[in-house]
Amino acid sequence: MSDVLERPAAAPLDDGQLKVVGTRPVRPDGAEKVTGKAMYGADLALPGQLVGKIKRSPHPHARIVSIDTRRARALPGVKAVVTAADFPDLASEEYEAGESASNLRDLSLNVMARDKALYDGHAVAAVAATSSAIADEALELITVEYEVLPHVTDVEASMASDAPVLHAHLFTQGLAEKPSAPSNIAKRNEIKRGDLEAGFAEADVVVEGRYTTAAVHQGYIEPHACVASFGADGQCQVWSSSQGQFMIRTYCAKILALESSDIRVTPAEIGGGFGGKTTVYLEPVALALSRQCGHPVKMVMTRDEVFRATGPTSGAVVEVKLGAKSDGTLIAADVVLKYQAGAFPGSPVGAGSMTALACYDIPNFSIVGYDVVTNTPKVAAYRAPGAPISAFGVESAVDDMALKLGMDPIALREKNAVRDGVKASYGPTYRNIGYVETLEAIKTHPHYAAPLGPNQGRGVAVGFWFNVGGESTAAVNLNEDGTAVVISGNPDIGGSRASMAMMAAEVLGLPVEKVRPIVADTASIGFSMLTGGSRTTFATGMAVTQAAQKVVEDLKRRAAMLMDVAVDEVEFVNGAAVCRDPAKASLTVAELAAKAAQTGGPIGAQVSLNAQGAGPGFGVHVCDVEVDPETGHVTVLRYTAAQDVGKAIHPSYVEGQVQGGVAQGVGWALNEEYIFDRSGRMENPGFLDYRVPVASDLPMIDAVLVEVANPRHPFGAKGVGEVPIVPPLAAVANAVRGAIGRRLTDLPLSPPKIRAAIDAG
Amino acid sequence: MSKRQHISAVVNGDPVDFLTDPGATLLDALRDDLGLTGSKEGCGSGDCGACSVILDGRLVCSCLVLAVEAEGRRVETIEGMADGSKLHPLQQKFLEHAALQCGFCTPGLLVAAKALLDVNPDPTESEARYWLAGNLCRCTGYDKVIRAVMDAAAELRQVRV
Repeated sequence: MSDVLERPAAAPLDDGQLKVVGTRPVRPDGAEKVTGKAMYGADLALPGQLVGKIKRSPHPHARIVSIDTRRARALPGVKAVVTAADFPDLASEEYEAGESASNLRDLSLNVMARDKALYDGHAVAAVAATSSAIADEALELITVEYEVLPHVTDVEASMASDAPVLHAHLFTQGLAEKPSAPSNIAKRNEIKRGDLEAGFAEADVVVEGRYTTAAVHQGYIEPHACVASFGADGQCQVWSSSQGQFMIRTYCAKILALESSDIRVTPAEIGGGFGGKTTVYLEPVALALSRQCGHPVKMVMTRDEVFRATGPTSGAVVEVKLGAKSDGTLIAADVVLKYQAGAFPGSPVGAGSMTALACYDIPNFSIVGYDVVTNTPKVAAYRAPGAPISAFGVESAVDDMALKLGMDPIALREKNAVRDGVKASYGPTYRNIGYVETLEAIKTHPHYAAPLGPNQGRGVAVGFWFNVGGESTAAVNLNEDGTAVVISGNPDIGGSRASMAMMAAEVLGLPVEKVRPIVADTASIGFSMLTGGSRTTFATGMAVTQAAQKVVEDLKRRAAMLMDVAVDEVEFVNGAAVCRDPAKASLTVAELAAKAAQTGGPIGAQVSLNAQGAGPGFGVHVCDVEVDPETGHVTVLRYTAAQDVGKAIHPSYVEGQVQGGVAQGVGWALNEEYIFDRSGRMENPGFLDYRVPVASDLPMIDAVLVEVANPRHPFGAKGVGEVPIVPPLAAVANAVRGAIGRRLTDLPLSPPKIRAAIDAG
Repeated sequence: MSKRQHISAVVNGDPVDFLTDPGATLLDALRDDLGLTGSKEGCGSGDCGACSVILDGRLVCSCLVLAVEAEGRRVETIEGMADGSKLHPLQQKFLEHAALQCGFCTPGLLVAAKALLDVNPDPTESEARYWLAGNLCRCTGYDKVIRAVMDAAAELRQVRV
């Protein structure tokens, strides 16, 4: 990507002068959401719509010998039946979208299996019928003949030379020599600095560990849902819940070989995503069904389907060896990461590698990552993809190092902390980071000095995420009465309408209630990358701010015309154009809007940009737990999370991001896991047995916002949504170690594992 | 397939009639037959609480109740919580405390919280957390949700005085 914006669009506005940014207004879409009126993916019903459903493979690995759909087609009420034969057989092609690249062929094969089913739950056929019951019956009438193949679900078992091979065309990339045989290891990546051997030779203290994490799901409460309608003229409409309407359009166009201009995607409200709604599952299938029968087709996943066929993130093995001088200086680190990708290549091991040591200034290190396919659902992005897993290993090892050195865990991290001017482990040089300030915020927090009781322990861990910018479009239009509309192309997943309206209101000098934000469909606003990578408030916020600034420039020009003075005689202050000549009456936004016809017509501006310079984020967490020695149950007693957020546009929603990330991380640490039986089927595809944290599992979560401004953003904002899920896995595990005096390395830390550790002790 | 049944019930104070399959859930009837899509389906198995409604004064998951069971009974949903355009204090406090992010679990949480305050106007934080343990929220970590419920309870107690 080219660095389009080398300099900040405008110097960050002086904090002291801000009237809207940094306050806590009620969100503009709030009333709709507390009264049940907001329309989510499954809430739209079109006249004549059919019910679409998917038939899924019951086998984790099987050759599809034949599919007979004749009996299903003959059932009264069935209007369409599709299999892979109804989709173009795409060539392998990498496509850059959002945070990660996707291979279009793999994406298409994940939407509908062609020759092989690669996981339990893999789609093999779909129907559209006049009722849900008829659709269910039709699925039963489809006969699929499978040749069941040996399967592998565990990441290390899949790396073994005798493992069943998922893809005969997959040869490991990134090796010195081209391998002669196909393998489930899709890729090996490596980041190196200094001399590892010499580093360990100099070390006074060495710790090492092997850490494992289970596959976990994003767990958004809203299942995937869409309605699609294929017109007789080839014009398609899709309404769906996703993290990016333009992403849906692109993927549908590619998978079905359509033109983007023939597809209009309208974003529904999204009921949570956390990265899991950055790809397509249903939309191309619904379009293919609609194309066949001419009716709109609505598809809604069950929770079982969500677990078996979408998400999750990788189960993984992390090996860490650290070397330090006796004064606590880390001088060597050796990290090996093995991440499960699921059925197709593309685990987040690259990001896991780049973030693994990003908080530390270590002269000698090696980070090697393996991307490994398994007979499990293809992983999807999950909040700071890859980073929580590598951080779990590294932060557990750093905790052991602090113990061995007899050092305070924050002091050890401060001693080795990255600062401005340090070259990050993943390449660039840090600028304007707030890591040491964040460490300081926890060190001086009352939580860190609170007394602990019996069976209680305290754990500290830190985390890093890059945050991204990227392409966004936004428009700001003034209404005739001087109020304004902000139009963007990013689904509002957690309060971004509020932050967009606030930034525009700040620039326009209007009360926030006079600025209404909307999220537009793909035909009504220019391209925007999806809501992900913690990019929206940063990048789309930059587009909104620049569009508002353009409006202000235009208002000054128009005011000068009306005042009959030169434009440089006019300033814009508190929502009014003010002339340096006090004899001239100032003109408010409302007055200028009312006179728009006299000064050149409607007032509005649109900005498209490719935002660069997203400031990386750092979080420091401290967690207290109590372990019940009889049951092995872990209770989280206190949790404090400090994070450098640059500048909180709406502090309540920034705190909410931090608190939500912590809750997901605690679930990952203590409860959540994909459990596969011996036949390779997921045993717990429901919220009863896949247990996400509930209200009674958690204490209040104290979010401490540290604000070290990002000069590349007009208000100093950095991305905030992803960092907070990075530290909790290790913060909880370190606290459990404190409570029971033993290190546990295998997530989740469920009661049987804790009991076993206590008994072994 | 069995014949559809004619059901008469009272929903949010209004008499309603609808035809339903014997196997359909109350949630299906609310969403598909009555157009009340505020109640959400997150799991269909009574684990997430997004479909919470009050049936004859009792909090239930409407995905676990058959539509035919609503015959002659009173159902309260999120759509009936506000008094016209005046929000219920719980709704208002959810907004003021930023107790929602994506908002998908919010209708169920609000209905469940109202059921709590109907029977226990002065809950402790622990009581509120255990009462709402059947309502999953994946966005907020529950911190601001609990604060909003406690604040609304306090305000409702003032109103009662």
